[in-house]
Amino acid sequence: MDKLIAVLIDGVIYSSWLFTAAIGLTLIYGVMKILNLTHGSFYALGAYMAASVTGALLAKGMEPMLSYAVLFGSALLVALVLAPLIERGILKHMYAKDEVVIMLITYALFLMFEDIIKLVWGVNPYFIAEPYGLLGSIEFGSLIYPTYNLILIGVALAAGLGLAYTLMRTRVGKLLLTVIHDPEVSRALGINVGRFYLVTFTFGSLLAAIGGAFTAPTLSVVPAMGVEIIVLSFAVVVIGGLGSLPGAAVGAIIVGLVRSASIHYAPQFELFVIYLVMAMVLTFRPRGLFSIAEARKI
Amino acid sequence: MTRDRTPLILLATLAVILVGGFFLPQWAKFLLTIALAKGLVVLGLLPLMRTGLVSFGHALYYCLGAYAGGAVGIVFGISDLLLMMLAGGIAGGLLSLLLGFLLARYRGIFFGLLSLAFSMILYGLLVKSESLGSTDGFNIVPFTLFGVRPDGEWVRYTMLAVAAVVCTLAGLGVHRYLGTPLGLMAPAIRDNEIRVEYMGGSARYAIHVIYVIGATLAGMAGALVGAAVGHIDPEMSYWTQSGEFVFIAILAGTGSVVAPFLGSIIFGVIHSVAFDLSPNTWQLVLGTSLLLIILFLPTGLWSLFGRRLRARG
Repeated sequence: MDKLIAVLIDGVIYSSWLFTAAIGLTLIYGVMKILNLTHGSFYALGAYMAASVTGALLAKGMEPMLSYAVLFGSALLVALVLAPLIERGILKHMYAKDEVVIMLITYALFLMFEDIIKLVWGVNPYFIAEPYGLLGSIEFGSLIYPTYNLILIGVALAAGLGLAYTLMRTRVGKLLLTVIHDPEVSRALGINVGRFYLVTFTFGSLLAAIGGAFTAPTLSVVPAMGVEIIVLSFAVVVIGGLGSLPGAAVGAIIVGLVRSASIHYAPQFELFVIYLVMAMVLTFRPRGLFSIAEARKI
Repeated sequence: MTRDRTPLILLATLAVILVGGFFLPQWAKFLLTIALAKGLVVLGLLPLMRTGLVSFGHALYYCLGAYAGGAVGIVFGISDLLLMMLAGGIAGGLLSLLLGFLLARYRGIFFGLLSLAFSMILYGLLVKSESLGSTDGFNIVPFTLFGVRPDGEWVRYTMLAVAAVVCTLAGLGVHRYLGTPLGLMAPAIRDNEIRVEYMGGSARYAIHVIYVIGATLAGMAGALVGAAVGHIDPEMSYWTQSGEFVFIAILAGTGSVVAPFLGSIIFGVIHSVAFDLSPNTWQLVLGTSLLLIILFLPTGLWSLFGRRLRARG
């Protein structure tokens, strides 16, 4: 019984982490039709920035409770500076190109960022354990979990619900839905589509950076972070359906639970099952679980 | 009609490598062998890219071929290089024949993602299978050729010669295939698949055949690299490896069957030189060159030659 509860709790924690890391990817794809590999770079950059800034400030005697705000601030810094630069400098001029070509461009950017990260932060791992242990822990029967995990769940909920509210209930959200539906008609109606693309890309990248920043305290920050998260978030968003917000949530929950179940019951299949689920979903519902049929264009 | 010079170029290059390779230092022979093997994988991607499909999971067959080649060495004690490559090719071909039924129905980004998922499944399996050495992989038995183990000095040259001969044969084969009605369908599928079907062609069948060809070549190349390096590990199936193949394919362009090998050798040179000068910035160099090529040479380095030939003719 304990094991089952552990599977559920681990699954929920892992799912929220995955959701935060992957939701920006689905947002950017949904609006701009770009499968953005730079997403992994923003995740890694967020983690590195958070680890180094928080570490430095803590060493200078900052109030430890403030470190959560610093984590958020580091993510903001990374995304607000770099994302507009990439969108305006490079991607903006590529929208006419094929989906796959744009994906390759983000792959090139990803390769470049891999080394830029190493140049800036070196190849040694970074640790900031303080924010993780600061809040103490909660007990579930015989199971003990650090309270920090509640923050991870909170961040995921805030990101998901905030985005859903913006899309469904606000003027900007409705305009964005119009842009998603038909960029050309939107432009004719006087909507500044270019600005929507800029904001979407920045916001999507910010979500990745937040995912990285809030993961940083739970593990050692190493150069391979970005490479790993890309395939994982691909699995999440593909299972749910590229560009679908509820899809990303369902994808994250499926992957989270499947992984935690496999870790507890059959650890040798941990990685394998995630991609097996991804392949199965693509096989039976090629456009993901939450997708609408699309007409074949002639 | 202009004369088809590709077979001549291939055979001339083979002769140059067979003779010139003899005088190369050992490390250069090794690097050239690896570059040719990777070129073989990209040669398999070329017809696929002509149909407009980009596989982000071709490392699946590369890795599978390497493990199949290594397995026949350890399980059956077969150490003949050509038999190892045969085993790798068969393994790649059989699996792709099966997966092809599924993948041939996918287009665009979904083709890439599904092939990515398959290669990551293999990675996930290999990483956790202790009998195959988990993340460490295992060593390959020293290879022989027709029952003879070449002397120390000759090992690298033999390897290079075998790689060059196999690549040339594969290049001639693919070149021939691209000229057949089925091969000529590839660019047509990219331009307009529905019209291909109106004219009675089956896009799905054409893509399936192309996919199996590509996987077989990748399997052979994997076995070759395994034997050349003497060691294989699951990283060969990771998505970054597939990314590298796509990178070389974009670098080279799909204009000619010579392009993949040229691209692969150039990639090897960029890689070695950049890695030598500063080990922490070689990906920066690669990323920048990829970006520049997509921007300024969208049909790859080969278009430089193509333009000149056209201007002359």
